[in-house]
Amino acid sequence: MKRGHLGLLVVFVLLALVPLVADATGQSSMTRLVGQVLILGMAAASLNFILGFGGMVSFGHAAFYGIGGYVVGILYHHFDAGTAFLGLIPGTDQLLLTLPAAVIVSGLAAALVGALALRTGGVQFIMITLAFAQMFFFLVVSLKTYGGEDGIMVRRTNELFGLNMRDKATLYWIVLVVAAGYYLFLRRLVNSSFGQTIAGIRQNERRMAAMGVDTTRAKLFAFALSGAGAGLAGALMVNFLRFASPDMMHWTKSGELMVMVILGGVGTLAGPFIGAGALFTLETTLGRFTEHWALPVGIILLVVVLATRGGLMGLVRRIVEWRR
Amino acid sequence: MILLVEQFLNGLQYGVTLFLLAAGLTLIFGIMGVINLAHGALYMVGAFAAAWTTMQTGNFWIGLPVGLVTAALVGLAMELAVIRRLYQRDHLDQVLATFALILIFNQSVTLIFGRQPLFSQPPALLSGAVEVLPGLPYPAYRLFVIAVGLAVAVGLYLLINKTRIGMLVRAGATNRQMVRALGVDIGRLYSAVFALGALLAGLAGIMASPILAVQVGMGEEIILATFVVVVVGGVGSVKGAFVAALVLGMIDTMLRAFLPGLLQGVMPGPEAQALGVGISSMGIYLMMAIVLLIRPRGLFAAGG
Amino acid sequence: MKRLLTTAGLMAAIAFPAWAEGTKIGVITTLSGPAGYLGEQIRNGLQLGFDAAGAKVELIVEDDTRDPNVGLQIADRMLNEEGIKILTGIVFSNVSGAVVPETLDLGGIYVSPNAAPSPLAGAKCHPNYFVVSWQNDSLHEASGAAAKKLGYKTAVALAPNYQAGKDAIAGFTREFGGEVTEIYTGVEQSDFAGEMAQIRDKAPDVVFQFHPGGQGIAFLKQYQQAGLLGTIPMVLSEPSYDGVILKAVGPAAVGITGTTHWNDDFDNEASKAMVAAWAAAYPETPLTTYAQQAYDTGLLIGSALNKVGGDDVAALSAALKEADFASTRGSFAFGPNQHPVQDWYLTEIAADDAGNPKIVTKEKIREAVGDVYAADCKM
Repeated sequence: MKRGHLGLLVVFVLLALVPLVADATGQSSMTRLVGQVLILGMAAASLNFILGFGGMVSFGHAAFYGIGGYVVGILYHHFDAGTAFLGLIPGTDQLLLTLPAAVIVSGLAAALVGALALRTGGVQFIMITLAFAQMFFFLVVSLKTYGGEDGIMVRRTNELFGLNMRDKATLYWIVLVVAAGYYLFLRRLVNSSFGQTIAGIRQNERRMAAMGVDTTRAKLFAFALSGAGAGLAGALMVNFLRFASPDMMHWTKSGELMVMVILGGVGTLAGPFIGAGALFTLETTLGRFTEHWALPVGIILLVVVLATRGGLMGLVRRIVEWRR
Repeated sequence: MILLVEQFLNGLQYGVTLFLLAAGLTLIFGIMGVINLAHGALYMVGAFAAAWTTMQTGNFWIGLPVGLVTAALVGLAMELAVIRRLYQRDHLDQVLATFALILIFNQSVTLIFGRQPLFSQPPALLSGAVEVLPGLPYPAYRLFVIAVGLAVAVGLYLLINKTRIGMLVRAGATNRQMVRALGVDIGRLYSAVFALGALLAGLAGIMASPILAVQVGMGEEIILATFVVVVVGGVGSVKGAFVAALVLGMIDTMLRAFLPGLLQGVMPGPEAQALGVGISSMGIYLMMAIVLLIRPRGLFAAGG
Repeated sequence: MKRLLTTAGLMAAIAFPAWAEGTKIGVITTLSGPAGYLGEQIRNGLQLGFDAAGAKVELIVEDDTRDPNVGLQIADRMLNEEGIKILTGIVFSNVSGAVVPETLDLGGIYVSPNAAPSPLAGAKCHPNYFVVSWQNDSLHEASGAAAKKLGYKTAVALAPNYQAGKDAIAGFTREFGGEVTEIYTGVEQSDFAGEMAQIRDKAPDVVFQFHPGGQGIAFLKQYQQAGLLGTIPMVLSEPSYDGVILKAVGPAAVGITGTTHWNDDFDNEASKAMVAAWAAAYPETPLTTYAQQAYDTGLLIGSALNKVGGDDVAALSAALKEADFASTRGSFAFGPNQHPVQDWYLTEIAADDAGNPKIVTKEKIREAVGDVYAADCKM
C-alpha cells in the first residue's frame, strides 16, 4: 500500500513537471496534449467505473460528457450576453460554480437514463444507452440559441481565484489537480463497501440480491456517479478548448471512450488514462507523418486486442510478471 | 391517399434494405456471439465493388455479381483473419477489434478509390418510373429493391427452416454448446454463416448504391439503425429482424412524412417543422427504448 | 566533421529567417471520412494558388478528422513549436470554432478558405481573421434572388435540421419573396423518398435544397428517379452542386439551376490560369469551388508574403487587408469584417458532348454583396 502511494506521488510530480519540460525542450504543445489526455482519461475512467467494475456496458457515455460541457457553454453564453437561462438562471464564468453545476446536471441526466436503461441488461443495455445518447445529440443539434451544429464558443476560460487562466500551464495544473482528485476518488470508491457491492453485482447479481442488497438501486447510483464524472470531464474540456459542440455527444465519441477503456485495460484504475493517452497521441502524431494515419492506428489497435489480454495494462502486467 | 401509398412503399423499401443488413448481423451475433461493428464496412465494400465494376463495364448486371462475390470473399477473409480469434473473447474485445477493422477498411477504400464518391445509377432497364396507381409514378428501381429484399427474405426462410444447414443455424442460435456436441465442424459452419452475412450486407450496399452516395463512411451511417433492428427483433432471430426492419423502416418514413404536418395543427409552421424532424430522427431510438422496456429481450428473442 | 556540418547548418538556419527557404503555412483540414474530398480539394487548391502567386512557402498539411480536439492540438503545435504564423484550410465550422479563437489569441493569422461561422463575422470579428470564401447567408440569398428573377412564385425549400440548414432556408426566403414551404430533413438522413412524395404533393414552381456532400448526391439522384427532374425546376446554392457531386450524380443533374461566386468558364486571366494548372496537376479530379476558394486564399496570402517579405504578423495582416491580388472570380474586396464583398452568378447545368453535366455561367444576379453581420463588427 505504501509503495502504491509513492508510485502515485511520483506520477503526479512527473505530470506536474510537464509544462516546464515541454517549454524547456521546445515542445510546448505537449502541455495541451497531456492536458487533453488527462481530461479524456477522466471521461474514460468514469465509463470504466460502470463498465469495468460494474459490468454495465454503456454506449451512450458521451451524452453525459457533452451535457457537462454544454452546462459550461450555456452558462458562459448567458454570462456573455447578460441574459438568463430560461429567464431564471443567470449565466456565470466562475469555475467554482460551473464545474459543480456540470456535475449535478450530468449526474441527474444519468440518473434519469439509468432508471430506464437498467431495466434491461446485456446487449439491450448497450443499445438503450445508445438510444438515449442519440436523443440528447439530436436535441443539442437543434438548439439554435446555443449554436446548433456549429457549437458554442466560450471566448474566455472560466475564472478561478483571479488566476491567469489564459496561461496554458496554469490551466493545465488545474486540470491535473482535478484529474488527480478524481483518480483518488475512484480509487476510494472502488475499494469502498459500495465498490465491493458493485463488483459483487457484476459477478453474480442474484447472489447479491439474495444477500439483501437492492441491486437495482446500487447500479443506478453507480450509473449516476459515473455520468457525473463524465460531466466533470466534459466541463473541463470545454474550458480547455474554449468551445463546446454537438460532436462531444456523437455516438462515435461514446465509441471512442469505450475504445480508450478497452485499449488501456478494462477494470483497472490507470487503464483508461493510458488508453486515452495512447489513442489520442497516435491520432495527433501519426497525422504529422501521413494523411493515411487511420490505417496504422487501426492495425496497431487490432494487434493490441488480438495479442494482449486486458489491453495495455494487461501487457504491462505480463511484462512485469515475466521479469520476476 | 396517394401520398400514403407512396410513403408506404418508401417505408417498405427502407425496411427491406435494413433487413438485408440486419439478417446477417443477427445471425453472426446470435450464433457466433460476435458484435461486429464492421458489418457496415462490408456494405461499403459491396457498394464500391459494384459501382466501380459498373463504371468500368457500363453494365449494372456485371457489377451486381462482382459486388456480391467481393463482399462475400472479403467477409470470409475477415472471418479467417480476425473474427475467428474473437469467438472466445468477451464483447468488449470484439468492439475494439471490429472498430479497428472499420478504420482499416475505410482507409483502404480511400487509398484504392480516392476520396471522391463514385458515380452510380440504376440500370437502364430500371431507370424509369412505374405507375403503381393512377397518378402515382414510382421509381422502378425502388420496386426492384423491394422485390429483391422480399425474395431474399423468402429464401432465408426456406434456408433456415427447410435445410440441414438451416437446422444447425437455428440450433446454434438457441444453444451453441449443443451444435458442438453434435459433432459438426463448427469452424466451417461459422465461416459459412459469416460469408453469408457478408454477402447479404454487400447486397444491401449494391442495392443502395444507385440511390445513395457511394462514399467512404457510408457503412457507419446505416450500422446504428441495423443494430437497432437486430436488438428490437431479438438477437439471433431472422424472423425478428424481418419484422423489426419493416416496422422500423415504416415508422421512420411515416414520422418524417407526416409528423411535421400533424404538429402544424397545434403550433406555428417553422417550429413544428423543426420539432417534427427532431422527433422523427429520434423515432427509431424511441421505438427501441419502448420495446426494450416492455420486452427486454426484443420481439422474437431466440433461445427463450 | 559531420558534427561541424550540422552545427553550421543550424547556424545558417538561425541566421536566415524562415522565409528564405519558404514561409511555413499551417494547413489544418479534413482528409478522412466522407468529407475527405473537401480537404483534398482545399489542400490542392492552396498549393496551386501559392505556386501561381510565386510565393515561396512550405505547406504543413494535417488531418483534423473533423474533431475540434484534434484540430486544436495541431494548431497548438504549429503555432507554438513550429513557429508558424499563418494557418488556413479548415473545412467545418465546428473545427474552426475551436481553432480560430486560439490562433488569434496566440497572435497568429487565420485565413479561411471555407468555414465562416457567423459569430466571427459579427461582434467577434478580429483584425487577424480573414475569410476568402463567403459568409454562409450570402450563398443562399443568391439562390433566392435567382428563383425570384426566374419568375417563380411558390417554392419548397429543403435543408437539414441544423443551424446551417436553417440559415440556408432563411437566406433563400429573404431574397425570394414568394411563398415558401419549409421542409427540414434529418441531420444524418440519406434517403429522401418521403420528401420527394411531399414535393410532388405540393407541386411548387421551384424547389430549393441545401444538402452538401453525400446527402446532396443522394438527393439529386433520388429527385431524378422520382421523375421530378424536368417536371419541377430546382435552384441550388454552390455547396449542393460542386463538381465532385455532379460527377457522382451524372446525367441526373442536367437541367438544374445553380448560383455561385465562381465557375470554371469565367473569362478572366486568373481563372483561366487556375483551370489550366488544375487540369495539368489533377486531370482525374473535378475542380470545385472549394479548390477555387483555396486557390484564391493561396493568391491572397502569397500577395501579402511577397509584399512583406517575411512573416511579421502586423505587416502581413495589413497587406492581407488590402486584398491586392487578381482573384479568379474577377472582382473581390474585403468588407469591414474582412469577409468578401463579391458578385454572384446564375449558372445552369447543361450536358456536355458525352452527356455528363457541365456548369455553364448565364448571368450576374447580385453585384458586390457583403453580409448582414458586417454591421455588428467593430474593429
